[in-house]
Amino acid sequence: MRKIVIVFFLFIGFSSQAQDTLREIKVSTSSKSLKKSSRDTQNTTVMTSKELLKAACCNLAESFETNPSIDVNFSDALTGTRQIRMLGLTSPYLMITEENIPSVRGASQAYGLSFTPGTWVESIQITKGAGSVTSGFESISGQINTELLKPLDDIPFFLNVYGSTDARFEINTHFNRKVSEKWSTSLFIHGNGRFAENDMNDDGFLDNPLARQINVMNRWQFNDAEKGWIGFFNVRYMKDEKLAGEVGFTPERHKFGNEVWGSEIKTERIDLSAKGEYVFPDMPFQSIGWQNAFSLHDQNSYFAFNAYDIKHQSLYSNLIFNSIINNTMHKFAAGVNFAYDRYTEQLIVPGIAGTFDRIDNSVGTYFEYTYDNDDNFSVIAGLRGDIHNRLGAFITPRLHLRYVPVEGTVVRLSAGRGKRLANIFAENQQLFASARTFSILDGGGAGYGLNPEVAWNYGLSLTHNFTLFGKTADVGVDFYRTDFQNQAVVDLYAGPQTVNFYNLKGRSYANSLQFDFNYEPIKHFLIRTSYKWYDIQTNYNAGQFERPFQAQHRFFTNLEYATHIKEKGQRWKFDYTFNWMGKQRLPFTFSNPEQDRLNDFAEPFVTMNAQITRTFSSTFEVYVGGENISNFRQPNAILGNDNPFGSTFDASMVYGPVFGQMYYAGLRFKIK
Amino acid sequence: MALVTFTASAQEKKNKNAKHNITVNGNCGTCEKRIEKAAFSVEGVKSAEWHADDQTLHVILNEEKASVEDVKKAVAAVGHDAGGVLASDEVYNNLHHCCQYERVAKK
Repeated sequence: MRKIVIVFFLFIGFSSQAQDTLREIKVSTSSKSLKKSSRDTQNTTVMTSKELLKAACCNLAESFETNPSIDVNFSDALTGTRQIRMLGLTSPYLMITEENIPSVRGASQAYGLSFTPGTWVESIQITKGAGSVTSGFESISGQINTELLKPLDDIPFFLNVYGSTDARFEINTHFNRKVSEKWSTSLFIHGNGRFAENDMNDDGFLDNPLARQINVMNRWQFNDAEKGWIGFFNVRYMKDEKLAGEVGFTPERHKFGNEVWGSEIKTERIDLSAKGEYVFPDMPFQSIGWQNAFSLHDQNSYFAFNAYDIKHQSLYSNLIFNSIINNTMHKFAAGVNFAYDRYTEQLIVPGIAGTFDRIDNSVGTYFEYTYDNDDNFSVIAGLRGDIHNRLGAFITPRLHLRYVPVEGTVVRLSAGRGKRLANIFAENQQLFASARTFSILDGGGAGYGLNPEVAWNYGLSLTHNFTLFGKTADVGVDFYRTDFQNQAVVDLYAGPQTVNFYNLKGRSYANSLQFDFNYEPIKHFLIRTSYKWYDIQTNYNAGQFERPFQAQHRFFTNLEYATHIKEKGQRWKFDYTFNWMGKQRLPFTFSNPEQDRLNDFAEPFVTMNAQITRTFSSTFEVYVGGENISNFRQPNAILGNDNPFGSTFDASMVYGPVFGQMYYAGLRFKIK
Repeated sequence: MALVTFTASAQEKKNKNAKHNITVNGNCGTCEKRIEKAAFSVEGVKSAEWHADDQTLHVILNEEKASVEDVKKAVAAVGHDAGGVLASDEVYNNLHHCCQYERVAKK
């Protein structure tokens, strides 16, 4: 045990020095695939690539199934896109970055997480609560940063093939070459598709869209350890097409007609990024980093007669300087960043038809001070000031504290402010698949006539490691509160044929309480359990209500068992995930005809996933698994499905799985 | 005062980021904390990392403010033999028993 502790501290010692702009997360030899370092000031969990293998499918949106900090929900009955939530707030309130560059934001909010294939991911860092000031002012309830595979450390070839009973197929190939002593490159090619129509619940609609995606990335890494230079250059192209609606819908024949209800969502995206970092050779604690990114996101879509097109060009640049004050117990990061976002947006829905073209730009500067006494106390205090063409000039403070009262117990506190402009249409695209009339009830504000969203987030967390019957265990409890000073309220309580957007009047808050218990009763057998309680309320025009589609109680457990690795690397791995979702508040539908009404609350339900992986050697493995094994299906997933052009049609009232059980199989092959 | 400064810079140019590796004996994580804390207590020490595996304290210090000898003395004062500077028996004997490393340097 003592040895492990020493190794652990050593590992921390090494990695703390590497805390810089291009932060590479070093992975220790521990068997745990979800790591929470007791030395981290922020409440951060690191998901390693091993954790991602537990839910073998398929992209970033689906990779949080085994993670208790993040809730995965379904956003609509047509596209099957999974929305994630942290602390009860949807992804627009999170800062989602890829290698510390903001990635899923603006136009890509609805589907962006499904545009990063899971096999590309090296690790994911999930931080609850107020984040760091270094990457922006927008985050309110947390940050998710994804590190992709690094060309320098990657293997020459990787192949992953996947197929499932819901007719989805995926192929991932990675190629890697060390071009010279200093340059290495990786080429990732991803393709996925669903080519057969499925209607398991016999409602006349496809349970999952027919889809095609091609996603290609080429990245280059430059490494000159002697002189202290590191650089990354990425080029990426993505094209995604989804076709949803009634069974038999063919765009050529039925598009914009009133016979067969159908929808197509086509997205093209180009991402370019370049970043470099210089670490002063005689001062490993001092570095300068520069991150630059450009993206073009172009979505064209229609949902029967509703049409939505959005084009988002984005430019981001961040210059960051890391150093110390006196010694490495006092570190700081200071920098300047710049962001430019140009939106071309067109919408035709009942109630609104128009263009919403706009340009956002901002320049900001920040300073973040970190004190760590190398023992039991650390603090990160950050402040940034921004000037934004539509948000004005404002400051964003963030604070994190960590204290270890006794060995094995960590207390963390955090507080911070976030401010953002809601992209009300891009963030609520599921509502386009309904007959609702859209109205913006306020005017004169900075975004769609609405005021910017401003919220404070406060959090307290406590973790305690101990031994139970001679085996390691840990418990955790955390409480977070988000208080909105202003919010772009999305109101579904005004009636089943309406959605209203307006400025918050009165209160809006999200309380979240989570208990965790993790235990390893026998070697290679891990139990992870978690209970979550949410109280999320907003003052709507009709009164104070719970946020719809939010369970107040959730229970989660994940069991993981693996056999000992034999000499050639042979191994069995078993995974099982159980989710219990308490009753969820649903929007108001009582004025609909009886067959198109939902109750005020959805009944609790259970979902279960399981997977078996057989590793034959260190280069070849096969997996089979099942999702939603208990076969729970939401009844009445599409309101008004018998008359999709009628006034009660609504495919956005989804609180559970639409598709029943699903089984899949896949393989992974590597050349090392 | 100006004269003093002048003579100081007239000597050899002092390195503001001088790297030194000092052999320091110790055992465990508690030792590590104690050793590094002692090193940081010397003004001018910018970075201090002790590794148990090679029994070495890696320091970066500003030679205008401190010397390696200052660091060795500070570390020895808390009980760890450091690059030839020995800890007193009294302090050594008061260390937690987990930290009572084998005193190879004393032989």
